[in-house]
Amino acid sequence: MIPAEFDYHAPRSVADAIKMLATLGPDAKLLAGGHSLLPMMKLRFAQPSHLIDLGKIPTLRGITQVGNEIHIGAMTTEHDLLHSKLLADKVPLLVEGAGWIADPQIRYKGTIGGDISHGDAGNDHPALMLALDASFVLTGPKGERVVKANGYFLGMYSTLLAPGEILTQIRVPVPAAGSGWSYQKLKRKTGDFATAATAVQLQMKGANVAKVAIALTNVGSTALKAKAAEDYLTGKAINSASIAEAARLAMSICDPAADQRGDVAYKTAMCGEMTQRALLAAHARAKA
Amino acid sequence: MAKTQKVSFKLNGKSVEAVVEPRELLIHTLREKLLHTGPHIGCETSHCGACTVDVDGMSVKSCTVLTVQCEGADMLTIEGLDQGGVLHALQQAFHEEHGLQCGYCTPGMITRAYRLLKENPNPTEQEIRYGIAGNLCRCTGYQNIVKAVQSAAKKLASAPAVPA
Repeated sequence: MIPAEFDYHAPRSVADAIKMLATLGPDAKLLAGGHSLLPMMKLRFAQPSHLIDLGKIPTLRGITQVGNEIHIGAMTTEHDLLHSKLLADKVPLLVEGAGWIADPQIRYKGTIGGDISHGDAGNDHPALMLALDASFVLTGPKGERVVKANGYFLGMYSTLLAPGEILTQIRVPVPAAGSGWSYQKLKRKTGDFATAATAVQLQMKGANVAKVAIALTNVGSTALKAKAAEDYLTGKAINSASIAEAARLAMSICDPAADQRGDVAYKTAMCGEMTQRALLAAHARAKA
Repeated sequence: MAKTQKVSFKLNGKSVEAVVEPRELLIHTLREKLLHTGPHIGCETSHCGACTVDVDGMSVKSCTVLTVQCEGADMLTIEGLDQGGVLHALQQAFHEEHGLQCGYCTPGMITRAYRLLKENPNPTEQEIRYGIAGNLCRCTGYQNIVKAVQSAAKKLASAPAVPA
């Protein structure tokens, strides 16, 4: 399987890439890790006339702390995330999440920015970004704008990224010290998308929840923020009754598409199960 | 036909070049233009890992990489693992531990294990299984592959002079 013909461009700077996007028009696609786009091109689900490879722009790669935020270049790979000591120390949820993505070879190529920009509800970073209250830097001909992850994902393959813009950086606020975290993902095999998955970031105060973020993967047309479940848990103790109610509230917003991974009822139930497990695991890691 | 372009990279220590269309996949350049048929075409959908090669210190599935992306890269395939006819410790261990049956997955499996041991010279069984999860084998049940990687790791650790 070989893609249809296209022209290849490898700009060396973000400014050049943005100029190319403007010149080449809507039939140009950005190439990040290529492990979603190239398979789609082989199958003719995508047939761009031009590919603009972001892989030769070194400034788009790297993980640094700036004040109380972690800044991650959009072309930073899953492998980089998985082996980052800074992330393991400051944002372990992202390390755990990256470890569940695809397989080793794909993690060397697949990028956080590509995973987010693709707008596939089956991808894992959207829910991780919602749980971490991340922001995205979108760079276009008129400069940069920073948008929240919450609200960025509009539908299947649809995000706030405008034509002519490039997602250049991901900004993650460092969670409070002592926070618990977990990403629980049910998948049929290595490399599969989630049947259902839940990301939880949890901060306790004494026996009660001070702050919790819960986000769901692949149970709707986008990743979903389980706001009712978050609101319900805030101020409450974590026990089997409160976790079950939070899971019920999370399940109430699920609207998964039936496919080979299961029917609607099964996927919804698995979202509830992943939510319970993620809350329990995050609670076990949280220090009050 | 779209414009072709010349791509130069290092393959198993030698400088090579190929003239390719942008859409040409690395596995086709390696097999058909550079006559390195060690990396195999299995699924062509980045699932099976038979086409795994090492590019700039990364295990990649060469069915899902464009050759034009590899300008200036340093590449290693199964053909580059032996040293002057002496098998690499991984190749020897796959032989000794019966880490293959039909052999189709073996070049990809060994090339992947090579990078795994570079990054983690003393992996646990669980780390090996996680580390080769992108390579499918339909014969062995993986047990002897894991044993072979463990055996090679031991050999490499005790004889650091062996080229690795």
